Amino acid sequence: MILKKTFLYLVLLAIVGLMLLPFYWMLVLSTQPTTAIFQYPPPLWFGDHLVANFAAVGQAVNFVQAFTNSLIVTVLYTVLVLLFCSMGGYAFAMYDFPGREKLFTILLVTMMIPWTAGIIPWFFMMSKFGWINNFLALIIPGAANAFGIFWMRQYCKQNIPASLIDAAKIDGLSEWLIFFRIVAPILASGFAALAIMMVVGQWNNFMQPLLILRDNSLHTLPLMLKYMLGDPARGTDMGALMLASTLVVLPLLVAFLSASHYFMSGLTAGAVKE
Amino acid sequence: MTRVKTLGLWGLLYRHRVAYTYIAPFYVLFAVFGLFPIVAGLAISFFAWNGLDPMRFVGMQNYLRLLGDGMFWKSMGNTAFIGLIAHIFILGGGLVLAYILNSNLVKFQNGFKTVYFLPMVTSSVASAIVFKTLFGLNNGLINVAIKSLGFEGIDWWGGNGDFVKVAVIVMFSWQWIGWNMVIYLAGMQAISKDIYEAAEIDGANHTQVFFRITVPLLKPIILFTLIQSTIGTLNLFTEPYILTGGASLLGGTDNQAMTAMMYLLNKAPYGNNLYGYASAVAYVISAIIIIVSLINMKVFDRDETAASPARRKK
Repeated sequence: MILKKTFLYLVLLAIVGLMLLPFYWMLVLSTQPTTAIFQYPPPLWFGDHLVANFAAVGQAVNFVQAFTNSLIVTVLYTVLVLLFCSMGGYAFAMYDFPGREKLFTILLVTMMIPWTAGIIPWFFMMSKFGWINNFLALIIPGAANAFGIFWMRQYCKQNIPASLIDAAKIDGLSEWLIFFRIVAPILASGFAALAIMMVVGQWNNFMQPLLILRDNSLHTLPLMLKYMLGDPARGTDMGALMLASTLVVLPLLVAFLSASHYFMSGLTAGAVKE
Repeated sequence: MTRVKTLGLWGLLYRHRVAYTYIAPFYVLFAVFGLFPIVAGLAISFFAWNGLDPMRFVGMQNYLRLLGDGMFWKSMGNTAFIGLIAHIFILGGGLVLAYILNSNLVKFQNGFKTVYFLPMVTSSVASAIVFKTLFGLNNGLINVAIKSLGFEGIDWWGGNGDFVKVAVIVMFSWQWIGWNMVIYLAGMQAISKDIYEAAEIDGANHTQVFFRITVPLLKPIILFTLIQSTIGTLNLFTEPYILTGGASLLGGTDNQAMTAMMYLLNKAPYGNNLYGYASAVAYVISAIIIIVSLINMKVFDRDETAASPARRKK
């Protein structure tokens, strides 16, 4: 039994090693000059080139600009998703209106459509809208997503007592006040789970920005990394690239490590709840 | 009832204006950015179109051309191969890890869970850049390890392209194993402890419990992850694109890592501007997603009924 347990721990720890290895390697190379990285054998421990690599990142790209771009897209997108999805979920959960069941069925069906089918016209629409090189193309189309509404509806049903809404109406509160003052605070942890999903997805989003944001000054962080990876003509400063990768990954990594349980349940909420 | 009728459509809309206003954003955005592109995509797939000149109707020609294009089939084959092999680890490994962490055999479950889940919050571009150097020919950590054991280093990206897929599979598995594990764990925690206790009293060992109890009871969740995996694999793009250098969509040496999605975007809008042809490709990929998902559902339904007599016997 003890032997078996030791074996299990060894397997689990070996996998921990494999999972962490890329992170370790990324951090080590962030502190090394490119010349050392391309030596044989490559450095296995931290070097003293971190500050120099910071300067190199600053020279290669406008990191602050890309960070700001990522922040703008992620924050606006997440805020809109939270607003539209909680509005929709709240209406489906608490209001009785003609066509409610049918409309909700349509919403569920849209979750099963493979969106790849429309990718070419979608791109063409963006260019017709003048949304190439525009953050709106990344923010608006997905701002009211079916899953989010479905998720918030469940949440409203479980957490908002109908009597509370009725009482507020009798007190003469307007619909908007009820929504923002009474409903929204109750939905706080539902918001948190949905926000985690949206922030992680949008911060790391690559394919859509690649198609939409052609201008370097509009690059989000993943596009900036791709630019630094570069073409053979420009060459790649590996130390700087590794440091930049670290800086892109770090914010979410820190957030995740400080609230991992919350993140895991937030990100997998859709899978686990029905 | 009669009062509702006299209200008329506008009256109804007005009376329930708050609810309709709350749900309107979804239906408007869905119609414009979801439904319309999908319908338009089908229409465009029957035309030859470069995005500028007038569209020219070509009937089924795009589809016929696609079926005869060896590169399309190669990208499909690559995608299937990468997806199938990676899912031995993602699905099989995820299940085994979830089982171990769900049993009382080990401590620190949350710590292990957290580490295995880390790649899910990590940018795919950043991870792919790191994996690209890990698999470097002369200075990559993996070749350093191989050489230190006395073997020859492997040319992961060059040579005749045999090893490009291996690198993609390794990264793909690294990324997703934790995700599947956490989902399976949630499913396992919903299984009643009584069943396990009964099995233990009957003298079942862990292998038996895993295959006879846990896996059959998790079938709906495994099916869910399979369908998600199908979609994810057929949309696989960022990882092979960055791993092969991020400069072209051709999938590295001998197109060995060109996935279906890379083939599609290489036709339009990123590489060329064959909008009609690319729309046909997008429709074929979507059809395959649906077909594979349906097959998954069928297979799992059949297994369910086959397994049930055994359970009844117990």
